[in-house]
Amino acid sequence: MKYIYDLHRIMLRQNLILVYEGEFTQEITKSVLAMAERNMDAFGEEAAVKRKVFNVMVECLQNICKHAEAYDTENYGKNSAIFMIGKHNNEYVITSGNAVPKEKVEEITRRLEHINSLDKEGLKELYKEVIKHGELSAKGGAGLGFIDMARKSGHKLRYDFEPINDKLSFFSLRATISRTQS
Amino acid sequence: MATMEVINLEGTEDTPKIILDKERGIFEISGRSLPEDAAEFYAPILEWLDRYQAAPNPETIFRFKLEYFNTASSKLILDILSKLDNIPGSRVVWYYHEDDEDMEEAGEEFSELVETVPFEFKSY
Repeated sequence: MKYIYDLHRIMLRQNLILVYEGEFTQEITKSVLAMAERNMDAFGEEAAVKRKVFNVMVECLQNICKHAEAYDTENYGKNSAIFMIGKHNNEYVITSGNAVPKEKVEEITRRLEHINSLDKEGLKELYKEVIKHGELSAKGGAGLGFIDMARKSGHKLRYDFEPINDKLSFFSLRATISRTQS
Repeated sequence: MATMEVINLEGTEDTPKIILDKERGIFEISGRSLPEDAAEFYAPILEWLDRYQAAPNPETIFRFKLEYFNTASSKLILDILSKLDNIPGSRVVWYYHEDDEDMEEAGEEFSELVETVPFEFKSY
């Protein structure tokens, strides 16, 4: 039973206020959002920070949902993903991890690198470009999620891929939101 | 002019309150918009506007009073605004909470993305 204590200590050390591991659906998204909102309300977080955290959470969670729908369970086995929020003195850290097909790695990397190469104005222009000319994908994604996360976060999006097997990679994404609003 | 049905949707935790009432001249979207399938949710709204466009009121004041919307909804909001672009006498009132710069900026961006429909900004 030591894993319980270990997990507890990891969560404290990483300042994690919420961890969800499992299936992702819109219902789960709503529950996770409600929990995080209540948590932020409980210690009187500033409205502006709360809105940004909420915003990044929504895009992050719905991104996982959309990928989960397209996930080929028959070929890849059970799909589960992880979502976490860490609360530090100066920032919130929103992280997610989910399996993606290996052939998607290059495209995701390219999009994130492009987003990370842009400043505030550049992101605004890219957002307007994509919303104007982009079509909704079959999964209902507008291709705006990462861009919006980067804009609301105000920091670079950090990401990583770990190989799971010959078909899948584990995609980790991390967005931070400063608590010290000027 | 044929009378048009009224759309009156109660807001939920992930969908906005929407009133489209031609007779009373009320056109309003408010609250939170983060449906999983935004295209499906907004389809009846866009269809309603298509019918309205055929015989609009002399003046159409469309109020957006959104607290939050996800990126999937933002694409559909632009679709609504594009329809208003083709309705003579239409204008948009974009409300934002006084300390919500992101919502104010979002409205400004939408106003830059449409062709003709004028925007008025109001904080609350």
